[in-house]
Amino acid sequence: MLKIENLHARVDGKEILKGINLEVNPGEVHAIMGPNGSGKSTLAAVIAGKEEFEITRGKISFEGKDLDDTAPEERAHKGIFMSFQYPVEIPGVSVTNFMKTAINESRKARGMEEMPANQMLKLIREKSELLDIDRKFLSRSLNEGFSGGEKKRNEIFQLAMLEPKLAILDETDSGLDIDALRIVAHGVNKLRTKKNAVIVITHYQRLLEYIIPDFVHVLHNGKIVKSGGKELALELEEKGYDWLKQETVA
Amino acid sequence: MAYTEEQLKKELETKEYEYGFYTNIDSDTLPKGLNEEVVVAISKKKGEPGWMTEWRLESFRYWKEMVEPEWANIHYKKPNFQDISYYSAPNKKPKYSSLDEVDPELLDTFKKLGISVDEQKKLAGVAVDIVMDSVSVTTTFKKTLAEKGIIFCSISEAIREHPDLVRKYIGSVVPQKDNFYAALNSAVFSDGSFCYIPEGVRCPMELSTYFRINQAGTGQFERTLVIADKGSYVSYLEGCTAPSRDENQLHAAVVELIALDDAEIKYSTVQNWFPGDKEGKGGVYNFVTKRGLCEKNAKISWTQVETGSAITWKYPSCILKGDNSIGEFYSIAVTNNFQQADTGTKMIHLGKNTRSTIISKGISAGKSQNSYRGLVQVNSRAENARNFSQCDSLLMGNECGAHTFPYIEAKNKSAQIEHEATTSKIGEDQIFYCNQRGIDTEKAIALIVNGFSKEVLNKLPMEFAVEAQKLLEISLEGSVG
Repeated sequence: MLKIENLHARVDGKEILKGINLEVNPGEVHAIMGPNGSGKSTLAAVIAGKEEFEITRGKISFEGKDLDDTAPEERAHKGIFMSFQYPVEIPGVSVTNFMKTAINESRKARGMEEMPANQMLKLIREKSELLDIDRKFLSRSLNEGFSGGEKKRNEIFQLAMLEPKLAILDETDSGLDIDALRIVAHGVNKLRTKKNAVIVITHYQRLLEYIIPDFVHVLHNGKIVKSGGKELALELEEKGYDWLKQETVA
Repeated sequence: MAYTEEQLKKELETKEYEYGFYTNIDSDTLPKGLNEEVVVAISKKKGEPGWMTEWRLESFRYWKEMVEPEWANIHYKKPNFQDISYYSAPNKKPKYSSLDEVDPELLDTFKKLGISVDEQKKLAGVAVDIVMDSVSVTTTFKKTLAEKGIIFCSISEAIREHPDLVRKYIGSVVPQKDNFYAALNSAVFSDGSFCYIPEGVRCPMELSTYFRINQAGTGQFERTLVIADKGSYVSYLEGCTAPSRDENQLHAAVVELIALDDAEIKYSTVQNWFPGDKEGKGGVYNFVTKRGLCEKNAKISWTQVETGSAITWKYPSCILKGDNSIGEFYSIAVTNNFQQADTGTKMIHLGKNTRSTIISKGISAGKSQNSYRGLVQVNSRAENARNFSQCDSLLMGNECGAHTFPYIEAKNKSAQIEHEATTSKIGEDQIFYCNQRGIDTEKAIALIVNGFSKEVLNKLPMEFAVEAQKLLEISLEGSVG
């Protein structure tokens, strides 16, 4: 589904990603772990197509097609979703209105009619129940005055509404208490199918207790320095990132 | 494809003014220049009574002694007032008994503007008094309104048919010598609308007027007078478009509202005059005086969406004369390219327990300058006056400016005045967030701007709000790089 080959990327002239290789297939959950500044969020942003990042070498392809020159909204239309580490506030635009616009724009791109209002309402009801979201929440301005937990839950609500093929969760666990973490993880697990894939980006192993990964990759200094199964996360938790840093240096 | 800065720039450059077409109708136009003979000629052409001619001449004499105001935060080449023709009317005899008699080309213009003059308006509940280059061409639904005793007609007709009302109220809120442009308007106003709602009557439909400047080099001087008698209610809509022209077109309107005891007037404007091209060439100069007077327990709400004009100088105001009266001002002002707007309101609290609310949303893009200027004045006898003002500015790009000039004068200790102001910028992060959800940049800007303007858009009547929302999108297309 997603294939990253020897990816190098930089921002403001500084090279952040230095040769990433990663392949994600339908039905898989990949965890990307690593210390601060290792390039985790940059990787997510580059996959989503954020323009300030410049790809200097290598390529990303999605479902066999090179994503180079594909605008972020077109990537979204193809089924790539990113849950933001710091979701953005848009005053005066309700969660519902935002979702309605997002869904209909994607449908338009696929040559479909706008989603009928009753179908939209049904979908909203279904997904908000799944994530234990209060209906009042949906009429509030997008992310404005939301608590950290509300923001993250709102991201997963959008994920549920848009039903992407590939979901990238960028530090979704940061700022969440244990209850919110459970709800969010439960939501993600419910949305998993054999056809879609998830990339979980996290600093800590905690989230991976709830969203069990098939593969764990450790990112350090712009490169994947180690890959393994879910037990790698536990090992990291135990030994810390220093262990790997030393290992790669050695 | 991703929007690169270059593509956005190109799109912005190729965007033509949507309503930039010109109707080729024979016009009866006075030669350029202004003197007492011209003033008399205008009055004569309109078949006005002697007192009106005198009133105009008096205004002209005031105007001659006045100088153009220079305090506004706008920079432009002053119009040469002797190089303007002060009267232009469609040549075919106005006032048709049916639409079949109307010049087909004129009807076509209306179609382009999206105005349906036909019976559909009745279904929509809108009566339209269309002012095309100064003379009312057709007024619909007068009958329905007449049954309630409501008078809705051109000001010229009102001067002839209802001289007592006009004579009593014209100039009562905006005196002839109020300011340079008001004096000019009082001398040469060509036409405009008149509306009277009798005591206790609730006007059953939104009254609507479309203004349009159509003759090259013709200034348009509209005069509007709305009188809501005791306990009555009216919602009045004013919408404007104009074709593109190379030279600047001067527009100096005067609107007077009178809300007698317990009456309410809602006055909504969508203004979309030609703003000039991307180089800042052409565009309408809009110098407007709008003011309303509230008697006891009366209420006046001004709602405006200003997207057009090269220069906007406009401060819809309320004089809260009666005790417990309420004044409201809700405004969205959009400037793009080289547009300049200096707009706001004046709330003059004279009566006890008077209240006013000001919500102003300024959106600046391109190289434009957008200023809010507002005065809240509490008179010494205005016990317990309250005001709340909120001025928000949204910036797009790095070359535009937003300015806020709030003036507060409180002469009564019991006054409570609150002022809030914010300035924000559409961020790349906001755009990327929307992009990531499948919303392209243009749509994202529209969404963010609509969210920013929501409090004001909500104050507009339904069908007008939809139009205004579209206008915001059109005005800002391609303005973020």
